[in-house]
Amino acid sequence: MAHIPDGVLATPILIGGAVVTVAAVTVAVHRLRSEQIPQAAVMAAAFFVASLISVPVGVSSVHLLLNGLMGLLLGWAAVPAILIALILQAVFFGYGGLLVMGVNAMNIVLPALVCALFLRGFLRHSNPKGAFVIGAIGGASAVAMTGLLLCAALAMSGNAFVPAAKILLATFIPLAFVEAVVTGATLSFIKRVAPELLFMREAAYGQV
Amino acid sequence: MNGLTLQLGDDQLSWLTQRDPRTRIITAMLFSLVTVSLNHPALLTAALMIAIATALAAGLRPSLLLNRILALEAFMLVMLALLPFTTPGAAVFTLGPLTATEEGLTLALTIALKANSVVLMLLALVGTLEPVVLGHALARLHVPPKLVHLFLLTVRYISVLHQEYQSLRRAMRARAFMPGSNFHTWRSLGNLLGMLLVRSLERSQRVMAAMKCRGFDGRFFLINELYWQWRDSLMLCVALPTLGTLVTLELLL
Repeated sequence: MAHIPDGVLATPILIGGAVVTVAAVTVAVHRLRSEQIPQAAVMAAAFFVASLISVPVGVSSVHLLLNGLMGLLLGWAAVPAILIALILQAVFFGYGGLLVMGVNAMNIVLPALVCALFLRGFLRHSNPKGAFVIGAIGGASAVAMTGLLLCAALAMSGNAFVPAAKILLATFIPLAFVEAVVTGATLSFIKRVAPELLFMREAAYGQV
Repeated sequence: MNGLTLQLGDDQLSWLTQRDPRTRIITAMLFSLVTVSLNHPALLTAALMIAIATALAAGLRPSLLLNRILALEAFMLVMLALLPFTTPGAAVFTLGPLTATEEGLTLALTIALKANSVVLMLLALVGTLEPVVLGHALARLHVPPKLVHLFLLTVRYISVLHQEYQSLRRAMRARAFMPGSNFHTWRSLGNLLGMLLVRSLERSQRVMAAMKCRGFDGRFFLINELYWQWRDSLMLCVALPTLGTLVTLELLL
C-alpha cells in the first residue's frame, strides 16, 4: 500500500528520506539494548505476518499498515522493525525499490514515532476501554500521517503527480478507519489478557 | 509461507546464484543508482533488457518475471495512467475532456521502465539469496551488528509466527468465522492480532531465557565465512563497464 517504486521521486526527496531514516535508525539502534533484541525481533516478525492478512473493506480488501500499533507497543524499537520488514518486502516480494527505501521507511516510521511519543504514556494507566480509544486514535492518525507524507513526497517531486496523489490520499480514508478499529481491538485485548506485557522495560529472564 | 526465498527454476545453481552475496548486493545497488539516473527511453529499455537477462540467468521462472512486471501496485497503475493527461506539453490525442501529451507519455514510460528494471535486478541478485545469508552479507558490509541480529532473528521467527497465525485462523474457522466488511470482522481480527502478539511476547521471553542460558552477551557469532573469489571480481568486471557505458551514452545523447 505504501510502497513507492524506484524512478518516481526527485533526487532531493530521495536524499532527504534517506537522511531522516538513517538518523532515526541510528538513534533507535543506539537505544536498543541487546537484551531487547529477541523481543523486538519476535514482534517485528509478528507484524510482518500481520501485514500479510487481507482485511475486507467494502467490496475490496486492504493490507494493514500497523505502524500506529507498532509505535504504541515497541516505542523506538519500531524503527528497525519497520525497516527490516520493508527490506524483506522489497528484496523477496519486489514491493517498492532500493533507492526509495529511505523515503518509504520515513513515511511509515515517523508516524509510528509520533504515536509512541504522544500516546504511549496514556496507555500505562488506561482500562481496556481506554486502550481501545487510544489504539483507535493512534491507528487512524498514523495511517493518515503516512498517507500525507506519501502524497507530500509525490507532490514535491512534480506537479504532474498531484492528481494521482489526491486519489491515493482518498484510498487511505477507509484504511485509516479499519486500522483504527483493528488497532483499538488489539490494544484492548492485550490490556485485558496480558497487561504486564505492554510495558516490559526489562526483558524478564527466567520468568517463563 | 514456507520461506521467503523465491521459487527458482530447475537448475537452482546457476553461475550467478553461486556468486558472493556481497558482489550481488553491490551490483544491484550500482545498477539501481545508474538506472534511476538515466532518462533516455532507449537506454532504459536496454537497462530493462539487462535486468530481464540477469533474472533469467539467475534461474527465476519466466512466469514469475511476468507477474512482477504486471503486478505494480494499484496506485502506481493509476498514477501511470493519469500521468499522460496531467503533464503539460504537446498534445498527442484526446480522450473526452482529457488531453494526453507527449511529455506525459514519455514520463509514464520512463517511470515504468525504471521501476521494473530495479525490481527485477533486485529480485534476481538479492531475492535469490537465503535470508540468513543476506543477513550475514549485510554484517560483512558493516551494517550495525544489532541491526543484523534483529534481522536474523526476525527472519527466523517469521515462519514460526506464520504457523501460529494459521493455527489461530483455523481455530476461528472452526467457530464458523466468515470474514466480511463489518465491525465484527475487524474486531475479531484485532483480537487475533492481540493473541498473536501476546504469544509472540511470551515466546520472546523464553527465547531470551534460552539465549541467556547459552551465554548470550549481546554478540551473535556469524559462523559462515564468505570468501571472495576471482569469479566475483570477474562479475564486477563485467558489470562495471556495462553500467559505465549506459552512463556515458546517457551523457552523450
